[in-house]
Amino acid sequence: MSVVDDESEVAAFPGQRPPRASVGSHRIEEEVFGKAYDPKTVRRIWAYVKPYRLKIYLAVAAVLIFTGTQLAIPLIIGNAIDTALVAGGDPNNLLWAVGAFAIAVLLNFGASWVQETQVGQVAEHVLFDMRRAMFAQLQRVSLSYMDRTEVGRLMSRLQGDVSAMQEFLETSVISVGDLVLLFGIVAVLLSLDPWLGLVTLITMPVLFIIRIFWLPPAKRAFWAAHETNSLTAGAMAEGINGVRTVQNLDRQKVNFDLYDDKAYQNLRIQLTGSKYAQVMVPIVDTLTGISMATVVVVGGAMVLNGALQVGVVVAFLFYVQRFFDPIRSLTMQYSIMQRAMTSGRRITEVLDLPTVIEDKSDAKVLTGEMDGSVEFRNVVFGYDPKRPVLKNVSFKVNPGETVAVIGPTGSGKTSAMALVHRFYEVQDGAVIVGGHDVRDVTQESLGEQVAMVLQEPFLFTGTIFENIRYNKASATREDVIAAAKAVGAHEFIDRFANGYDTMLEQRGSNLSLGQRQLLSFARALVADAKILVLDEATANIDSYTERQIQKALEILLKGRTGMVIAHRLATIRGADRIIVLQNGEKIEEGNHDQLMELGGLYSKLYNMNYASFDDIPDEMVAGTNARESST
Amino acid sequence: MITLKAGRERSRGDARDHVAAAHAGKGMAPLTRITLFSLRHPFQAILAVGATIIAAILQLTIPRLLGQAIDQAHNVLSVAGDGAQEALLWTALTLLAASVARGLFTLVQNYFSESVGHHVGYELRLAFYDKVQRLSYSYHDRVHSGDLITIGLLDLDGLRMFFSTGLVRTILLVVLIGVGAWMLLSTDVLLGLLALSFVPFVAWRSSVAQLTLRATWLILQQKLSVLTRVMEENLGGIRVVRAFSGQKHELDKFDTASKAALELAHRRVRVRVKNTSMMTFSFFAAMGLVLWVGGNKVIAGEMTVGTLASFLTFMTILQMPVRQLGLMVNSYARASTCGERFYAFLDAPVEIEDKPGATPLKISNGVLRFEDVHFTYPGSTVPTLNGISFEAKAGQTIGIVGAPGSGKSTLAHLIPRFYDITSGRITLDGQEVRDVTLQSLRRSVAVVQQDTFLFTTTIENNIAYGDPWAKERKIERAAESAQLHNYIMGLPADYDTVVGERGVSLSGGQRQRLSIARSLVLKPAVMVFDDSTAAIDAGTEHRIRSAIRRFASDRITMIIAHRLSSLMHADLILFLEDGRIVERGTHEDLLAQGGRYRALYDLQTRPTDDLEAAQ
Ligand SMILES: Nc1ncnc2c1ncn2[C@@H]1O[C@H](COP(=O)(O)OP(=O)(O)O)[C@@H](O)[C@H]1O
Ligand SMILES: Nc1ncnc2c1ncn2[C@@H]1O[C@H](COP(=O)(O)OP(=O)(O)O)[C@@H](O)[C@H]1O
Ligand SMILES: [Mg+2]
Ligand SMILES: [Mg+2]
Repeated sequence: MSVVDDESEVAAFPGQRPPRASVGSHRIEEEVFGKAYDPKTVRRIWAYVKPYRLKIYLAVAAVLIFTGTQLAIPLIIGNAIDTALVAGGDPNNLLWAVGAFAIAVLLNFGASWVQETQVGQVAEHVLFDMRRAMFAQLQRVSLSYMDRTEVGRLMSRLQGDVSAMQEFLETSVISVGDLVLLFGIVAVLLSLDPWLGLVTLITMPVLFIIRIFWLPPAKRAFWAAHETNSLTAGAMAEGINGVRTVQNLDRQKVNFDLYDDKAYQNLRIQLTGSKYAQVMVPIVDTLTGISMATVVVVGGAMVLNGALQVGVVVAFLFYVQRFFDPIRSLTMQYSIMQRAMTSGRRITEVLDLPTVIEDKSDAKVLTGEMDGSVEFRNVVFGYDPKRPVLKNVSFKVNPGETVAVIGPTGSGKTSAMALVHRFYEVQDGAVIVGGHDVRDVTQESLGEQVAMVLQEPFLFTGTIFENIRYNKASATREDVIAAAKAVGAHEFIDRFANGYDTMLEQRGSNLSLGQRQLLSFARALVADAKILVLDEATANIDSYTERQIQKALEILLKGRTGMVIAHRLATIRGADRIIVLQNGEKIEEGNHDQLMELGGLYSKLYNMNYASFDDIPDEMVAGTNARESST
Repeated sequence: MITLKAGRERSRGDARDHVAAAHAGKGMAPLTRITLFSLRHPFQAILAVGATIIAAILQLTIPRLLGQAIDQAHNVLSVAGDGAQEALLWTALTLLAASVARGLFTLVQNYFSESVGHHVGYELRLAFYDKVQRLSYSYHDRVHSGDLITIGLLDLDGLRMFFSTGLVRTILLVVLIGVGAWMLLSTDVLLGLLALSFVPFVAWRSSVAQLTLRATWLILQQKLSVLTRVMEENLGGIRVVRAFSGQKHELDKFDTASKAALELAHRRVRVRVKNTSMMTFSFFAAMGLVLWVGGNKVIAGEMTVGTLASFLTFMTILQMPVRQLGLMVNSYARASTCGERFYAFLDAPVEIEDKPGATPLKISNGVLRFEDVHFTYPGSTVPTLNGISFEAKAGQTIGIVGAPGSGKSTLAHLIPRFYDITSGRITLDGQEVRDVTLQSLRRSVAVVQQDTFLFTTTIENNIAYGDPWAKERKIERAAESAQLHNYIMGLPADYDTVVGERGVSLSGGQRQRLSIARSLVLKPAVMVFDDSTAAIDAGTEHRIRSAIRRFASDRITMIIAHRLSSLMHADLILFLEDGRIVERGTHEDLLAQGGRYRALYDLQTRPTDDLEAAQ
C-alpha cells in the first residue's frame, strides 16, 4: 500500500508518520503548449470565425490605419521641427504640421475604436458559437463516451479552452498591427537615415536572441504555474463539494493542513513564474537605453556635422522608445498562439466525437398512434463487445401490458431498458418498438414515446413545476399537479410556502432523497409517453407510498405499456408478465401462476417468502456473481 | 515540483494567523480591507512602492535628458568643437544609466507587487478554505457549490491582484503625472497646463467607466454562473436529458443563458472601448495643442526645440500609463465587487460552533436521549420534527421507518449537530450536544449518509478519511466488516485503486459499503445508517451488521430503512409521520398493535391482492 501520493504533502505534519491522506487529485494535465501552427486545427477554427470575416477584415483595416498613424506621428513632429522650428524654417509649416497631426489623431481615434469594438465582439461571438457547437455535439455524443468522461473535464473544454481561443482572437488582430509596426519602424528608420537606422537597430536582433534562450525555461515556469494553480483550485472544489462528508468525519484539521501545503507550493511556483516574466524588463530597458544613447551620440554627431537634421533625431528618439513593444507582445503572442492551438485541437476533438447513434436519413417519426409494443429479438449487447451483458435475449411485450423485469443486481436489467431507448446500439439482433426497429425511427420521436424513471433521481435547478414538466412544454399546471398527486408528492409540495413554484436548491438538496425520487417519477408521468420504463424507481420509498404509486399507475398505465424493474415481490406480482434475467440471459418468462408452476428460480424465491429480490442470499443466485458478492 | 522541507519557512507565516487576519476588519469597505491586509507584508510592499516611485522618477528624467541632448546637438551648431561631442557623450551615458536603473527598479516594483499579490492570494485561500469547512450544513444547503467555487477562484483573484494592478499602478500614475506636472509647470506654465489638460478628462471618463463596469461585472458574473450551471447539470444529468429527449429543451436553456451573457459581454466591450478610445484621443489632442503652442513659442524664440521635444517625449511616456488607466479602473471595479462578495462570504456567521468553554464529550454509559425535540429548517416555516422523545442505551439498535419526507434523515442529522434544534434537548450520557466540542461529538457519532460522496483518491485513503493515521490492519478490518474486502482484493491495484470521479466507478451498493467502512474506522459510539443499505442485499447487510456487533457490542446503532427485515430485530422501532413518532415498540409489539407498521409489514410480505381481499 502506498502511503501518500506525494512527498511534499508530508510537510504539514512534521515529526509525525505521514497520513494516508491528500486533498484534491494529482492530475496529469495534457500538454498546454503544442505546435504554434497546425493547419488542420486552424481550418476548423476558421469555420467559426468565417461568419464574422467582414468584421475581421474591417478590424484588420482599422488596425493598419491605427499603426499607420502611430508611425506617422513622430514623423510629423520631426518634420515640424525641421521645416518650421529650426533656423530658416517657415513658420507656416507649423500650421500644416498641426493640421496633419490633427488628422492623424482623428484617424487614430476612429481606427482604435473600430478595431477594439469589432475584435472584442467577434471574439465574444466566436467564443459563444464554439461553446454552443460543443454543447450541441455533447447532446448527441454516444452515452458510452459520456459514461467514461468526467463532467469536470468536459467543463474545462467548454470554458477554459474556448477562453484560450478568445484570448488568441483578441490578441491576434493586435499582433497583425504589431508586426506592421515593427516592420514599419524598421523601414522608416532606415529610410530616414540608413546609417543611423542600422546602428540603432542593432539591439533588435540581440533582443530576439535573448528571447529565444529565455522562452523555453520561461514557458516551463509558466506552465508549472498554470498547473499548480489548477491543482489548488481542484483541491478547493473538492473541499466545497465534499464538505458534508468532511464535517461528518471531522477531517477539517487534516484537510486544512494539507491544503495549506498545496497552496503554499502554488505560491512558490507562482513566484518562480513571476521571476521569469520580470527578468525581461531590465533587459529590454537596457537595450532601449543603448539604442537611445546610440541615437544621441551618433545622431548628435551627425547633426553637429550637418549630416542630419535635428527633427530626424527627435523622430528617431520617439521610435526607439516604442520599438521594443511589438517585439515583446509578439513573443508573448507566440505562446498564446501555441496554447490556442492546443485548445483548438481539444475543441475539435469534442466536435468530432463520434455520435455513433444517428438517425437514418429516411428515419420515421414514431407517433402516439403506435401500439406501444416492445420486442427484443435475439439481442446481444455489451459495453465492451467482448464481454456481452445481454446474451441473445428475446421477449415481447404486447400493447398495453405491464411487464416486470427481475433479476439479481448486475444481471443486465438497466442495460436492457437502455436499449429500448436506444441509448446504445445492439451488437446483434434487434429491439423493436411499436413495430419498428429502433434504428429506423428518429431518436427524438422515440424519446417522446418512451418515458423513464431512472435509478438515481436527478433534478435540475429551477422550480418544482419546471422540474416535473421538464421538456413537455404542452403540459399544463393541471397535468403537473395530477402527476404529483398520482405519486403522492402533492401533499409535501403543497406544504411549501410557494407550492409548485418553490425553487429547488442545488439538485433538490432541500428535499429528502425519497421526495426527489417522487418528483422524478412525476416527471415521467407528465411526459405522457406510450411506454413507461421504471428502473427501481421506488428503492428509497417505503412500501406504503409505493403501493399508492402502484394504484395510481394502474389507472395511468391504461392503454400504455409498462416495463418495471422492481425488487419487492409485492410489486412484481401485479404485473401481467414477469421476465427473469440472470447473468445476461432470460431464464424464465410468464405470469405469476405460470412461473410458479414452472418451478424455477422465481417459484423458489417466492416460496421462501422473501420480501424482496434483494433479500435472496448469494448462495441462491447460484454461481452468477462469483466474485462480486452482491450489487 | 518543489519538495517542501518539514517545518515552515519564516516568510510563510502561521496559517491560523493568516486566517484570523483575513477575518479582521469586518464592516470596512472591501478596498480598505484588502489594502490593510496586503500591508501585512510591509517589507515587500515598501520595496514595491519605493521602487515604483524611483522607477517613475527615473522615467521622467529620460525626456529631460533627451531634450538636453537635442539642445546640445542643435544649439551647439554655432559653437562647434569637441565640447559639444563630449557633452553629448555624457548625456548619452546618463541616459543609458537612467534606462538601466529604471529597468532594474521596474523589475523590483513588478516582482514585489506581484509577490504581495501571490502571498495575499495564498492567505486568502487559506481563509476561504477554512471558512468553507466551518460553515454548517444549512449554509451549504442554501448556497450553490458552483457559486462558492466562483467566489474562491474569480473573486479571490480579483481581490488578491488589487495591490499590484490597482494600488501600485495608482502610485505609479500619481508620481508620473504629479512629478511630471511639477516639472512641466516649472518649465513653462502654459505649455505644462496644455500638456496636462487631458488628465482631468481622463479622470472623469475613468470614474464613469468604473461605475458602469462595476455594475455590469456583477451581473455578468451571475449570468455566467447560470450558464455554467446549465452546462454542468446537463452533463451530470445526461441520462435524464436523453431519456426525455430533452436535447432541444436543454439547448434552449443554454441559448437563453448564453445570449444574456453575450449581450452583456458586448455591452462591456463597448463601454470599455468607448472610454479607452476617448482617453487616448484626449491625450493626443493635448499633444497636438502642445505642438501648436510650443511650436509657436519656439518660433518666437521663447523656447528651445529641446524643451519642446522633452514636452512631447514626456507625453509619449505618459501614453502607456494613460492606456493602463483603463486597466486600473477595471482593477478597482473588479476588486470592489469581488471584495464585496468575498468578504460577505468570509463574514457569514457560522451557525454551528463550539460554545465558549465547550468541553470534550465523555462517553461513559453510552445513553442517547431525545427530549421533546422540535426542529424547523432555517428559512422554512413548516416544522420538520415535532416533539421527538426517545432513549437508546449502549448496545441497543433503534429502527426508524416512515414515508419520504417524514423526517428520518433530519433526525439523524441532529445528533452530530449538523443542524441545531429549535427546542428540546439531545443528550449523550447527560451532556447536551450543544455543550460539547464539535470535534469530540462528531468523532463519537457517525452517520452513514444516504448518498455517498467519494473522494478522488485510493480506496485506502477513502476508508481512512476520518482517521488518516489508521493502521493498515484497521483499514482492512473495517473493509472486512463492511463486506468489501474481497471485492477490493479482486481489483487490479487492490487498496491502491483510485475511485471517485476520475477513478473506477463503483456500483451503488459498493459505494454504500465503502461509506460504511469509512465510518467504522472512527469506532464511533453511535452509528447511524441512513437508508444506506438500500442497494445492498439483505444477506450481505446481515453479515455487515453481525460483523459490526462483534467489534463493538456497546455501540448504539440507529437504522433507517424501508426494508423491514433490516430493522425487525431492533430493540426499539420508531414510526415517523410528518415529524412525529406515531408508533413505537419492538417488531412484535408493533405487529400486535395492528397499526401502520403492521400494514407496512403486510404490504411487504404478502401479495397485494390477498391484502386487498383482506381489507
Ligand atoms: N455504463 C456502463 N459501462 C460499462 N459497464 C456497465 C455500464 N453499466 C453497467 N455496466 C455493467 O453491465 C452489467 C449489467 O449492469 P446493469 O444493466 O446495470 O444491471 P442491473 O440493472 O440488472 O443491476 C454489470 O456488470 C455492470 O457492471
Ligand atoms: N436541507 C433542507 N432544507 C430545508 N428543508 C429540508 C432540507 N432537507 C429536508 N428538508 C425537508 O424536511 C422534510 C424531512 O426531510 P428528511 O428528513 O430528509 O426526510 P426522510 O424521512 O425522507 O429522510 C422534508 O419535507 C424535506 O422537504
Ligand atoms: Mg440497474
Ligand atoms: Mg432520508
